[in-house]
Amino acid sequence: MLRFIVRRLIGVIPTLFVLSFLLFGWLRLLPGGPAGALLGDKATPESIASVNKVLGLDQPIPVQYVKFLGRMLTGDFGNSLSKSRPVVDELADAIPATVELALAALIFAVGLGIPLGYLAARRKGGLFDNMTIIGTLVGVAVPVFFLGYLLKKYIAVDLGWFETSGRVTAGLDETKVTGFKVLDAILTREWDVLFDALSHLVLPAIVLGTIPLAVIVRITRASVLDVMNEDYVRTAEAKGLYAKTVRKRHILRNALLPVSTTIGLQTGLLLAGAVLTEKVFVWNGLGSLLAEGIERRDYPRLQAMILVIAFVYVIVNLLVDISYAIIDPRVRVR
Amino acid sequence: MSGIATQKRDKIDALAATAATDEGGVSLIVDAFRRLARNPVAIVGAAIVLLFVLLAIFAPLIAPKDPTVRYLIDEIRQNTPLPPRPGFPLGTDENGRDLLSRLIVGSRQSLIVGVMATLIGLVAGMIIGGIAGALGGWVDTILMRFTDILLSVPSLLLAISIAALAARPSQWTVIIAVAIVSVPIFARLLRGSMLAQRNTDHVLAARALGVRENTIVFRHMLPNSLSPVIVQATLTLATSIIDAAALSFLGLGDPDPNRAEWGSMLGEGSRVYFDVRPEMAIYPGLAIVIVALGFTLLGESLREALDPKNRR
Amino acid sequence: MALLDVRDLKVNFTRRGSAPFAAVDGVTFSVEPGQTVGLVGESGCGKSVTSLAIMGLLPKTGVDVTGQVMFDGTDLLRLSDREMRDRRGRDIGMIFQDPLSSLNPVVPIGVQVTEVLERHRNMKGKAAKTEAEGLLKSVGIPDPKRRLSEYPHQLSGGMRQRALIASALACRPRLLIADEPTTALDVTIQAQILALLRRLVEEMGTALIMITHDLGVVAGLCDEVNVLYAGRVVENSDRHRLFADPRHPYTHGLLGSVPRLDSDRGEPLPAIRGSVNDNIPWQAGCAFAPRCENAINHCVEETPTLENDGLRLLRCFNPVVPAEQGAKV
Repeated sequence: MLRFIVRRLIGVIPTLFVLSFLLFGWLRLLPGGPAGALLGDKATPESIASVNKVLGLDQPIPVQYVKFLGRMLTGDFGNSLSKSRPVVDELADAIPATVELALAALIFAVGLGIPLGYLAARRKGGLFDNMTIIGTLVGVAVPVFFLGYLLKKYIAVDLGWFETSGRVTAGLDETKVTGFKVLDAILTREWDVLFDALSHLVLPAIVLGTIPLAVIVRITRASVLDVMNEDYVRTAEAKGLYAKTVRKRHILRNALLPVSTTIGLQTGLLLAGAVLTEKVFVWNGLGSLLAEGIERRDYPRLQAMILVIAFVYVIVNLLVDISYAIIDPRVRVR
Repeated sequence: MSGIATQKRDKIDALAATAATDEGGVSLIVDAFRRLARNPVAIVGAAIVLLFVLLAIFAPLIAPKDPTVRYLIDEIRQNTPLPPRPGFPLGTDENGRDLLSRLIVGSRQSLIVGVMATLIGLVAGMIIGGIAGALGGWVDTILMRFTDILLSVPSLLLAISIAALAARPSQWTVIIAVAIVSVPIFARLLRGSMLAQRNTDHVLAARALGVRENTIVFRHMLPNSLSPVIVQATLTLATSIIDAAALSFLGLGDPDPNRAEWGSMLGEGSRVYFDVRPEMAIYPGLAIVIVALGFTLLGESLREALDPKNRR
Repeated sequence: MALLDVRDLKVNFTRRGSAPFAAVDGVTFSVEPGQTVGLVGESGCGKSVTSLAIMGLLPKTGVDVTGQVMFDGTDLLRLSDREMRDRRGRDIGMIFQDPLSSLNPVVPIGVQVTEVLERHRNMKGKAAKTEAEGLLKSVGIPDPKRRLSEYPHQLSGGMRQRALIASALACRPRLLIADEPTTALDVTIQAQILALLRRLVEEMGTALIMITHDLGVVAGLCDEVNVLYAGRVVENSDRHRLFADPRHPYTHGLLGSVPRLDSDRGEPLPAIRGSVNDNIPWQAGCAFAPRCENAINHCVEETPTLENDGLRLLRCFNPVVPAEQGAKV
């Protein structure tokens, strides 16, 4: 098992290298280059040249790359151009926000998706099944931000059930422990803060989780249908096992394999969807940072962000691989 | 390679394997169409797509008014769009232009963006995939490693990164960004289907008979790979339209306010006017959802129809 | 009283848009306690569906089952799902054709045996494990303790089938149904598994229904044989008589098509012409008639019924006349 993990970790390194190189190249492709971005309207050939010198951009590419890597590894991302704060600080604030949102969305998608998919499979061809399939198709066709605004207006504003923007209501007395507002509120037993944070979290989580929900329902349904026809399920039935045992040990344990790997795939989509969702709900997480950073060509911020995203993505990938190996003993042999 | 790329890969390879593995690839498509004609889901999808295409082609003839003329600009107060009234069945936008006409003409832009992005992605992808599949060896390995890495990045993030590179965003920014995102998918698809066919009897027979490799590729393998490509193209059209809307929403698309395009109408409508007049966003939004749904329904039923498991 | 008494079992598959298909069309046979009975026929003759119907393992929708399946005096077809579940595994066991796909790939072998013990014999924990170990040993799996925690893909084909046999016999059922248990295995392993089955059913006094298309398997194992064609029994006799004196043209053809060591070289292998699909519905005449060497006009006009001639049951108007003494058949 350990060997498997180590092997996977080693396999990840070339990917990281290539990604860092791509990032390096991409940043220099930005219009005007980093210097042009910094100077904005005041860019003239001379000013660009001098800024280039300061930023060390006039040195040969390999040298730049090495320096780039060096800074990456030491976490020195410089200061954000838009806010003049160290980028690491910005990230430190934004990461818990997005993680909290993504987790909530995932819980929504998985917690609702697997049971729905299973039920749809069991009642194949029935009304419930058909409605579910239609639901999943529509769910994937709706642009995330459109859904966001729809829910925001009709459920939050018109019905007044939830909050619409930010993570907590401004001015609320809250204590920060981890940066995860819900967790912090539980830890410090500030129940009013907990309620407030949750009411801010629900809608964005639903919006962000809708597409993963649709995908999970479809894959669970397809997978359960496949497994239900397998010979080993017939063997389990022939043994006279209780229906519950057959369901848990024989059907679900096998059907959930492809589902769990899909969850990993969805995490990537979550990141992309977060960019849109955070904009709609004014949620100050990585997505907002990214969107703003692109708008303002904030090169130090973008650099750090993309690296963080890539890193997170690679870790999630790894976790998915490992979890698959834990669940399916056949994979460990590879 | 990373597990997530592997998954995407497996999905694509599975589709690639549906490439006809026996002679007569074209007749199989005909047969699939016949099966589709009996499938209600496919019919609905095809109907939506057809309507959309017709709407887009004949847009200027169908639209009651000129979408760029600010007819009721004088009545606009505080940038608020006007509600429906005689002559303007859906009301106006914030510049006094007829919303209905803008919607109708907007279909054209969306179609263009979707089709162009898919076409470019398809052609580029097939060239890369074809080369990889035909030449094999280290060419194949390098090309596929590269596409794997691209595949492991979520498509929207990739599209955003590419679109952000543009100095002055325009409609082409969106088209190119979305096209590039779909290139690895088509590349993998074509390579996969070429690989699936390499060892089929009729290819081996052709090779044994001394038929030139070029001829084998172009006259035998390519036509048989047609079916999965058609399926993927349909599905890609759906996602292109949605991703294009997202890019416009983020401000990475065409900034020209005169041009009527569903994506930017949805973006503007959502961001700015949703509280005062949600219809500005809802109409283009619904349009996008319906069209994307149409393509998806069509594509999915095509995929099922072409699945070898369903073949006689 | 017979342990199992199948009377006029019929299974119809209904599918939207096409005509209902009678997979089993009036099968009648019985099994005495401790007896080994064979169900023989080509693919598609309905033998597997019969066994699934007995076990109640057919799908609930799209399938129509009529007739009686009397097991120990109770009609299994009238039982509720829960009541049938109680009997399966405990009173009737079943093993299937492909041992790899019949085992859950992500659950250890030990658990797949102990779960039967937990369910029907209320054994838990260590006791169940020890018993499972013993069971694996009795089916001839070496180093059973280690195997308990191994997964199906780590075992060979023969061992998997042994494990499946162990789990099927774990509760000492009175009847075991074996549906082509050796078809997917190598020939040498086949012989081992069959020998194992014979030993076990003898030791435990279990009745056995052996479903197969392989007459060699039948010859070595079964006391009584039912030959099926197109969903009906066409001949039934005890083992020796079936091989020595087959009367139904189909049985005759089956036996004749088995290659024999003592046949002349160069002699063509006789085959039954046509295929299973070349039949006319039983309603009008004999289903085997189109392929039958012995067919007469009467065969397509009237449907033959299963008749008892004192030595065997036979469904034929024009059976094969016994060969002269000394000839091969």
